[in-house]
Amino acid sequence: MELSGIWVYLSATPLFWLVVTISAYLLADRIALASGRNPLVNPVLISIVLVSALLVATGTSYEAYFSGAQFVHFLLGPAIVALALPLLRNLRAIRANLLPMLVALLVGGLVAMISAIGLALAFGLPHDMVATLAPKSVTGAVAMGVAEQLGGDPSLAAAFVIVTGVIGAIMVTPLMNALGIRDYAARGFAAGLAAHGIGTARALHVNDVAGAFAGIAMALSALFTALIAPIVMAVVVG
Amino acid sequence: MGADVATSDLRLEPAMLHAVAVLLVAQLAGEILVRLSGIPVPGPVVGMLLLIIGLVLRQHALGGADVEAAAGPVASVADTLLRNMSLMFIPAGCGIIERLDDVAPHVLALMVILIVSTFLALVATACTFVAVRRLTSRG
Repeated sequence: MELSGIWVYLSATPLFWLVVTISAYLLADRIALASGRNPLVNPVLISIVLVSALLVATGTSYEAYFSGAQFVHFLLGPAIVALALPLLRNLRAIRANLLPMLVALLVGGLVAMISAIGLALAFGLPHDMVATLAPKSVTGAVAMGVAEQLGGDPSLAAAFVIVTGVIGAIMVTPLMNALGIRDYAARGFAAGLAAHGIGTARALHVNDVAGAFAGIAMALSALFTALIAPIVMAVVVG
Repeated sequence: MGADVATSDLRLEPAMLHAVAVLLVAQLAGEILVRLSGIPVPGPVVGMLLLIIGLVLRQHALGGADVEAAAGPVASVADTLLRNMSLMFIPAGCGIIERLDDVAPHVLALMVILIVSTFLALVATACTFVAVRRLTSRG
């Protein structure tokens, strides 16, 4: 009887879900470290699966969970500001690569959007789902705004953004190795452009130069996608 | 010895708080600028640009100091945050449990779309980057 009383208390307090989130991350990060940072062993994916399973198993609402987890969520803002440091440390490499970055932003940003829209149309998905998928490669807050502007669903867009980020973070290392691209500037830039912050988190684990270029790619593609998405959508969907 | 440790701890704590305040002020300034100007970028991204500008100015003010000297304790707080950036995606990621019913009817198509589109974006970006660099370094 006492045990269920404790559970009633725990499941309602923000502290409990905050502890669960941090514990799941520490466990997942330890597993990732033990695997030698194998790209397939992605700490974001493992943590989300662990916590989601616990939420579903205990019948906890996302709202109740988020009341505790929001403190961790909040840190995302300062972390993005903190990207200023790897950027400054690699300023010389960035200056030397301005043109490759801008052309890669243009081509990569368009491919990310057009391929998502085109495939969604080919699969016959409803219009609101197409609009929700279009900004999947850009960072959460921007993707939600873009999806809404295009007639999609912002909170579903946030879910697609996370899944895209995990896919990109898992894929980028083996894919770049297969393509024979050894340059960490190019690898990081691709990770940040296709997989926003989760790709950037992966890049920061691999190499400081890759992390810096991933951070810039994430910032630039957020701006580029927000400006160009309505035009791309109009042209591709018609 | 014991007294030394205690003093250095006391010094460390305000320094870290100061570093956290620097990051938060940059973010807040970014959020305000975004709202005033209406540019479609997240506030923290503008905050990052402001911090870069601030640190570059400080480097000049200190007579061409390196990044670490100009950033001081901000560097170690920033590095700690960035090392653990994966943690910060967990709360948003778990939001998927709320949308399982909307996703379920299209789950196969959605997975194919997200995997193929991310693959294409990675290849296009990296190959363009490398190709343009080869062209420009030749000329």
